[in-house]
Amino acid sequence: MIQKPNYTAIRFGMGFAPDAPVARDENALLEQLRLPDYAADMFPVTGFRGRAELALAFVQARLNNRAQKTAAAKERFQETVKSLRNVRQNDQLNTMARSIYGAHGFRERLVMFWADHFTTRAKRTVTEGMVSTYINEAIRPNITGNFGDLVQAAILHPVMLDYLDQSASVGPNSDFGKTKRRGLNENLARELLELHTLGVDGAYTQIDVRQLAELLTGVAGSLKTNLNFNRRRAEPGAETVLGKSYGGWKPKIGDITAVLQDLAVHPDTANHIARKLAVHFITDDPDPDMIAKMTRAFSDTGGNLMAVYQAMLTHDRAWLDFGAKVKRPDEYIFSAIRALDVRPETLLGMNRKNISRLLLGPMALMDQPFQQPRGPDGWPEKAGAWLAPQSLAGRIQWAMAAPRAFRRSNLDPREFVKTALGDVAGKSVLFAAQAAESKWEGIGLILASPDFNRR
Amino acid sequence: MAKGISRRRFLGRSGALLGCSAAAFPLMSSITLAAAPGENRLVVIILRGGMDGLDVVRPMGDKNYITLRRGLLKDAKPGAFDLDGFYALNPGFSDLMPLWQAGELAFAQAVSTPYRDKRSHFDGQDILEAGTGLDVPDGRTRDGWLNRMLQSVPGLTAKTAFAVGRDELQILDGSAPVLNWAPSTRLDISPASRALLELIYRDDPLFRAAGTEAMDLAEALDVNAMIGEDGQTVTPASMEMMNDRAAKKADGPDQLAAFTAARLLEETRIASFSIGGWDTHQNQANGLKRGAKQLQSALLTLRRDLGPVWGKTTVLAMTEFGRSARENGTGGTDHGTGGLMVMAGGALAGAKVHGLWPGLRNRDLYAGRDLLPGTDVRAYAAWAIRNLYGLDKSLLESAIFPNLDMGRDPGILA
Repeated sequence: MIQKPNYTAIRFGMGFAPDAPVARDENALLEQLRLPDYAADMFPVTGFRGRAELALAFVQARLNNRAQKTAAAKERFQETVKSLRNVRQNDQLNTMARSIYGAHGFRERLVMFWADHFTTRAKRTVTEGMVSTYINEAIRPNITGNFGDLVQAAILHPVMLDYLDQSASVGPNSDFGKTKRRGLNENLARELLELHTLGVDGAYTQIDVRQLAELLTGVAGSLKTNLNFNRRRAEPGAETVLGKSYGGWKPKIGDITAVLQDLAVHPDTANHIARKLAVHFITDDPDPDMIAKMTRAFSDTGGNLMAVYQAMLTHDRAWLDFGAKVKRPDEYIFSAIRALDVRPETLLGMNRKNISRLLLGPMALMDQPFQQPRGPDGWPEKAGAWLAPQSLAGRIQWAMAAPRAFRRSNLDPREFVKTALGDVAGKSVLFAAQAAESKWEGIGLILASPDFNRR
Repeated sequence: MAKGISRRRFLGRSGALLGCSAAAFPLMSSITLAAAPGENRLVVIILRGGMDGLDVVRPMGDKNYITLRRGLLKDAKPGAFDLDGFYALNPGFSDLMPLWQAGELAFAQAVSTPYRDKRSHFDGQDILEAGTGLDVPDGRTRDGWLNRMLQSVPGLTAKTAFAVGRDELQILDGSAPVLNWAPSTRLDISPASRALLELIYRDDPLFRAAGTEAMDLAEALDVNAMIGEDGQTVTPASMEMMNDRAAKKADGPDQLAAFTAARLLEETRIASFSIGGWDTHQNQANGLKRGAKQLQSALLTLRRDLGPVWGKTTVLAMTEFGRSARENGTGGTDHGTGGLMVMAGGALAGAKVHGLWPGLRNRDLYAGRDLLPGTDVRAYAAWAIRNLYGLDKSLLESAIFPNLDMGRDPGILA
């Protein structure tokens, strides 16, 4: 019988760490979410404003360099490139550090879940590394409130507006559209319905996609003002999305926030979100009764996320079938660093080469290049998707090679297997921990085991 | 160390897999080592993101096309890269013209899977790879059609088929054995650790299957030995790991193609990999150029590396859907329906654009916005399989592509 703290630590958290307290049960997990977000204070990430100033400086320096062609202009340009790179690196490390060292493992896992649900990716140099910023300000503060507010924060964040091309979309009959011969781009409207809210099986059609795309025109991300609403770019007239009419001849951002709030509480959204959470945390094939209870909690409260988490955690099935899921590569690496007791100063002090060699490269070799998902649907959920031979090879290789690069002092695998795995260590891994040829190989075998990779 | 290696190549040019003994390739103990089923090679490339077929093989002879694509065609030169008087090739693919002239390149225009209306990449790709029709609900697929083909052919073995790269390839998922690998993969493990890992994985079927295959392939392909820039063998410090740039480069389309070609020169007969980045909602001129470069480089690498075997090779490149007939308001195109299939290989009777041209007048368009599909893209794949491997039409129209009507042989092979 696997005791609840194993579930709270591994299934709902980032795993065990030596001397770190473990949540007792579901109440303790929910309590984590009511406490202040200590990890965010401890590991700061640059805000959009500060990051945008750097990007603007970069753009200006690039222009000057092209125009002036002097050594000084070139040097200034290279400085701005370097500062962008350094900020990206620091923000990425701090984003990782929050997941690894955060005292509230359930919060960290939820942040990763929602960052994936509202996937973004940096598409150009000026936005490079801004995914950390986006997660920090659009996702992280909004995971315990209403889903509608999370939708609004994520969809209207400049990084999302850029990623799914909304910033370029223009109402074809707007002033701007008519004079500049510009028009619609459906990208964000489609993914908003298909991925973020109703889900692909939801009750929407191509006409809704089109109408929503028209309704969304006018909003754009901006390096100067963050979010921008420009009426001259907005399609005039009302649009009908899922049978409800929004806006009139004078477009305003309130029409857009209204549709976002409505989509967020649609019954299909409730079901889509409930299922997705259960699939992520519990099993690829979740219990219909659990989905039903979570969906009801969502609908009854108008999308209160705490109520949905509570419905999931208070269901019996949340505490059964340990190991039904396989950790994603990022979770795998973060939980391993946590279990290895690597000090935060060591992680945050890594140079570029080591970050690449020990974190970013290995994640790519496990099929999950950090902050670079292949598409807006984010990372796969199915255990099998992470267990192609080439991906598992990436995990084994990292397990065998990385720990000794992170830690100078020796670890005893016979101790490590207990601190890292609690009750869930099986007989074979316990045997391997003491039979390995060297201590580091023993550590590697433990980290490469299904016991450590499953949750 | 990894920095000094620009071209990663596997040692064992003499054929690490070809003719290797069961001892050198322990995986063989669990899989029958039968003779390869003939000499014909089939490579399926999945183009993820929805390639704009109308911009790749441009129907310049249709005046409505010129009207719908004014912005995208603003730099098009009349008569450039003309294919057959009606269609012209996008200049980004110009390095493929010699293949066209040699009869080693062909296209099928206005094709699609049976997927309609929701225009989701993810369901679209699922259906493309499942090879199913509308009888299977969107997004709930079973196995992949290439795998079902393997299940149907006697004499095919695990090494016959290879899924290459780091994208999931559902097209090869299923009960028939298939090998999976990415060129960037390295795996250093001592024999003692391997034995212990096998013990640890013994009772977990997923980890056991993946772990065994990984450790077997790492040995058989000798993946840890690499050739450096200077042509000398580099023995990696046993615990060196690859940085992220090197990892990305090692799995680039040309590397996937080179790895695929190396396997096809051995016992592999069927391989698949994917190339992403076709979702050109904005600034398509640039986006498509990038995609063109990748697909072109993959095809040219296959041709170069396969040498004489190219003559026995058929490459089919397919995408989940085409894109809107009209360009959108941001210099791109949105998700559509009818699209393009690219075919290459020395086995083709090429230099032909297949498919019925449906026209682009408003009333010709699907749902008033997309190129109307005239042919089920699966029919081309089915005819290729029929002619390469002699499978029965009835089998192709039921087990492999359920409820497909293959129609008449389009004669894509020589």
